[in-house]
Amino acid sequence: MGYMSKVLLSAASGAAMLLGGQLAPVQAQDGKDANFVPLFTYRTGPFSGSGIPIANGMRDYLEMLNQRDGGIGGAKIVIEECETGYDTKKGLECYEAVKGRNPVMVNPWSTGITLPLIPRAAVDRIPVLSMAYGLSASADGQTFPWIFNPPNTYWDGLSVIIKHIADELGGLDKLKGKKIGYIYLDAGFGKEPIPMFEQFAKDLGFELKLYPVAATDMQNQSSQWLGVRRDKPDYMVMYGWGALNPTAIKEAARINYPMDRFVSIWWPSEDDARSAGPGAKGFRELNWHGVGTDFPVLKDIQKHVIDKGLSKVAKGKEGEVLYNRGVYNSMLIAEGIRNAQKLTGKKAVTGEDVRRGLEAINLTPERLKELGMEGFTDPLKLSCADHNGHGAAFVQEWDGQKYVKIGGPIKPMEDKVGPVAAAAAKDYVEKNAGWPKRTEACDSK
Amino acid sequence: MLYNIFIDPFVQMAGAPDLLVQALWDGLVSGVLYALIALGFVLIFKASGVFNFAQGIMVVFAALTLVGLYEKGVPAYVALALTLVVMFLLAVAVERVVLRPLVNQPDIILFMATFGLTYFLIGFGELVFGGNPKAMITAQLGLPRGVIDVEMLGGRVSFQKIDIAAAVIASIMVAALAVFFQKTRIGRALRAVADSHKAALSVGISLNQIWVIVWFAAGVVALAAGIMWGARSEVSFALEIVALKALPVLVLGGFTSVPGAIVGGLIIGVGEKLGEFYWGPLVGGGIETWLAYFIALAFLLFRPQGLFGEKIIERI
Repeated sequence: MGYMSKVLLSAASGAAMLLGGQLAPVQAQDGKDANFVPLFTYRTGPFSGSGIPIANGMRDYLEMLNQRDGGIGGAKIVIEECETGYDTKKGLECYEAVKGRNPVMVNPWSTGITLPLIPRAAVDRIPVLSMAYGLSASADGQTFPWIFNPPNTYWDGLSVIIKHIADELGGLDKLKGKKIGYIYLDAGFGKEPIPMFEQFAKDLGFELKLYPVAATDMQNQSSQWLGVRRDKPDYMVMYGWGALNPTAIKEAARINYPMDRFVSIWWPSEDDARSAGPGAKGFRELNWHGVGTDFPVLKDIQKHVIDKGLSKVAKGKEGEVLYNRGVYNSMLIAEGIRNAQKLTGKKAVTGEDVRRGLEAINLTPERLKELGMEGFTDPLKLSCADHNGHGAAFVQEWDGQKYVKIGGPIKPMEDKVGPVAAAAAKDYVEKNAGWPKRTEACDSK
Repeated sequence: MLYNIFIDPFVQMAGAPDLLVQALWDGLVSGVLYALIALGFVLIFKASGVFNFAQGIMVVFAALTLVGLYEKGVPAYVALALTLVVMFLLAVAVERVVLRPLVNQPDIILFMATFGLTYFLIGFGELVFGGNPKAMITAQLGLPRGVIDVEMLGGRVSFQKIDIAAAVIASIMVAALAVFFQKTRIGRALRAVADSHKAALSVGISLNQIWVIVWFAAGVVALAAGIMWGARSEVSFALEIVALKALPVLVLGGFTSVPGAIVGGLIIGVGEKLGEFYWGPLVGGGIETWLAYFIALAFLLFRPQGLFGEKIIERI
């Protein structure tokens, strides 16, 4: 064997060992039980403004559990980020890279990535947690046993916004003859609520005007807002992400659109509103959890992670809306793992175990207190049939410095959303020939 | 349907002339900014025959450097001067590391090298300044903010002061570049290089020096474009995608023409705004993304070399 052949062989063996090491299932670390939690994040690219705070919140909560408790139930959490750039192709590459390593679940953080993972989840036995995003119909646990989207679907969120508008006008009947504009990211995420919106428009008698914004034009929205000036909608609703949100708020302020009639789904951050200056005052969005650091869970994160220099969050940014959203997401991950450990008696659990654990999530007021989240969010209970919870949301308003909660919790209009969601789930099954019937056992009713 | 396409938009224009003026103004401002980005492409293409794919990320990189330095405590005008220094160093580095070793290679090799440069600048920018979007330091740079509302034509037309500033600054830059190209010694040398590298070398023009100058000029144009786009929204990597709008401008205006970049930018800017506003609703909106390319291709049917591009005749 020549010298070059030896070199090539050595290189090939090294690469194989390296790859083998990377692809080996993660069930132990340092000789101890461990659970592998991959986080699909985007700290780069056009959507990083939304992705960074969420990634920080998710990572910091799990790291806090590692630091404070040594993990969950005696098993360390192996946290690994995979950068998707909010790009579906890269997201699927991330999925392929982690699926052979016994991930307890995946968190796509993109509706576009979630949709192609839905049919794969059952095959690969890996639950998908698409927290308050993704396919609204996937809340139906009987049809989609591997998909979880608590605590609200996009359709729930829309119904809460419609209810909020109706409350301001004096009742749902007052929506008749009104005009509601919808500005949205022209992608899977933004298109998701349109069927429900059209149904609401039909049922309640308002006119719906659509203003799609392509990802390439997120920072170039003057045409859409000129359309708003022409059409004069009574209210504007937004489902935006990344650079779309701050630009839309700026443009709305630019055309003097009344900000208290501009209501968004739960994604705009403080920076999105702040960048529009004083004109953003009065801008509204939905939320379902606390903002700020006055909660024991946030204090623990500060103490065990941020103060030790283990976080990537910029100083003073912990406690902002999207950071806390990431914390909430990881709390659900942790509860799923914890429940799985209780159900199986194992420390290192699998995706199949965690699927059962997620169905067993029951965040009672007592449990929330134990988690340091008393007053942070509402109780939530999932089941085999309901993978969402369809919880209440509230409206918060930008006061120029911070978001301030206005009004109490608003429950989604399940009487309106439920039948449409059920029909959509049925339609999904019909369009995907051979969709499996649920065979997974049910631990919680 | 035919009424909606051919009659109704014009009825709308006549019925609400204030909105027509607003759409035209918004289109002109977008067009000016597209033209600024396209200018960067043209400058480099003229001098080196390289289609610089990295021009879009240069816009982001320049704006990020400016804001990043300011965030680190550097006063705004000092940060501006330092950003110019950084863009100059970038030009020197590109000439030394990318262009010089690849001289006399086929154009496609140089084009691919600018792809590499793009991804390097994305990674380097994120490494140094982070991926978080940043607010442009509009007020600190003394740029005007606020809006001038003018009651006219039975309605209101809003002129953002920053948009007016963008138009003025872009016009000054174009005029300065025109003078630079036509009246200065370096400008003449640059045109000579554009015509023929070999002939330029034979009369003692330094290719390396010219490339540094032209890449620096493209960097300055990128900085101006980054400041203006950043002021309208925010400084983020999403700006790189907006910069791709310069491609149909180049197709339309020609890759070698400074006036072409300007006129092409204005046509694309106005065309896409009017198209989206008046014809977009017919198909559910969102036509702005492809309309620019459609306009450019329609022009190409009649002028394959672009509006002001040079007609190339080769003997075979």
